[in-house]
Amino acid sequence: MKYAILVYETPDEFAARDDEARRDAYWGAYSAYGALLQQEGVGTGQGAGLKPPHAATTVRVRGGARQVIDGPFADTKEQLGGFFIIDVADLDAALAWAEKCPSAMRGSVEVRPLLEM
Amino acid sequence: MSDARSAAQLAERIARESYGRLLASLAARTRDLAAAEDALSEAFAAALRVWPQTGPPDNPEGWLFAAARRKLIDGARRAQTALAAQDALARAAEEIEAEMSASALPDRRLGLLFACAHPAIDEGARTPLMLQTILGVSAERIAAAFLVEPSAMSQRLVRAKKRIRDAGISFEIPEPDAWPVRIQAVQEAIYAAYTEGWSDAAGVDAARAGLTDEAIWLARALAAYTPDDAESLGLLALFLHLEARRPARRDPQGRYQPLDRQDVSLWRKDWIEEAEALLLRAAGLRRVGRFQLEAAIQSAHARRRHGDDPDWRAIAGFYAAVIAISPSPVTQLNYCAALARSEGPSAALTLLDEAADRFPILGDYQPFWALRAHLCARTGANAEARAAYDQAITRERDPIVIAYLREQRAQLD
Repeated sequence: MKYAILVYETPDEFAARDDEARRDAYWGAYSAYGALLQQEGVGTGQGAGLKPPHAATTVRVRGGARQVIDGPFADTKEQLGGFFIIDVADLDAALAWAEKCPSAMRGSVEVRPLLEM
Repeated sequence: MSDARSAAQLAERIARESYGRLLASLAARTRDLAAAEDALSEAFAAALRVWPQTGPPDNPEGWLFAAARRKLIDGARRAQTALAAQDALARAAEEIEAEMSASALPDRRLGLLFACAHPAIDEGARTPLMLQTILGVSAERIAAAFLVEPSAMSQRLVRAKKRIRDAGISFEIPEPDAWPVRIQAVQEAIYAAYTEGWSDAAGVDAARAGLTDEAIWLARALAAYTPDDAESLGLLALFLHLEARRPARRDPQGRYQPLDRQDVSLWRKDWIEEAEALLLRAAGLRRVGRFQLEAAIQSAHARRRHGDDPDWRAIAGFYAAVIAISPSPVTQLNYCAALARSEGPSAALTLLDEAADRFPILGDYQPFWALRAHLCARTGANAEARAAYDQAITRERDPIVIAYLREQRAQLD
């Protein structure tokens, strides 16, 4: 079963990406996680990191008119920072991998199965 | 028609004995419990139509399994487009496989229990799910036992089954390192089936048989599946002890009898002995836990069957240990009651008031006020005791228990 591991990060985590003192640890952790998924045969190679929420733009079409809003679709403290697509047997296996994701400790990780098309 | 009736009786017996096994096997691969339930109920309906004409099959369980399996396949096919030829072949193969494996239907119920108690399932849904899927209890009965609106309970069950299917919660037995947490959730869900809707704290039984039979069945099944898990044995021992004393909780006039006034000749000795044997086995496994401790407390109370007084110090000690593992308002209350016997009412009253500070919810709880009243009376504070009995009475609905409380209060006038 394919699952999306959705990485939700706090503002502080996003800040670490560019902070000279912390960025090596930050990127190192994600790169190690991605490598681990591949190595263990559960990674699909699909996934991506996303630029921080300030770079997000939200579009809605209502009554035929397009609304463009500066920022992500919901104003929550933790925001989507990226995702990994893994292929595992069941939810327990997916949860075990989600636990190892760097943002599990400081932010949140959502685990959601992909639609089988 | 006797054929129709004997068919109905056979189907009923299979439903009682094998519903959960059939359902677990049907749903194991797709994790779709709702579809399996529908297919199985259609299979039972078909049996009631067909068996009176063909006579009962040699392997009625296998017949039902194969029939339900066919309906599941049909249902799946209707949901997808597929080539007719491939379908026919696949269908034939599956039918044969179904017929063969049905004679030795693997028991997937333990896996189903774990799925029902999965951390990803809402806590309020776990016990209802177990009752409905393993035992076929109706949503209405479950709702009544849990004091929830039937429609709300149905929704809860629908949502939980959807999660099992869509989130991919498997019926696999957890890995050893996940076992302790996962099996504890199963045990707690079974415990909730026994205690839910039961206002009993210090033995004030509201004569609510409710779902206790079903809970005991589940506990027996779990103990059989996991004979090396000390807490599984402890849980069953606890239930057996409590059930053994049920016949003595009301006197012949239907009045409530507290533990120390019960007629021990009415206790079910065979269940007590079985419970004791289980506790002994559990002790040998050297993994103390909350259910074994609670069973040990009941075992201590059961000493009265030999004409001995319970060892109140030991009971208080057990309660203290339970509180260290899983503190709760009710266990605090029971601890105070035991302490009153081993240390005296004043010490117990002090602790009781501390417990009320720590767990304000105790203020809504009839047994808290009843105990407070009892302890105040024993220290000679009769006015306080009467006031506490009044508080207890306003919080009780069972007329038999109210009568008992009134009687106790009257003795202070």
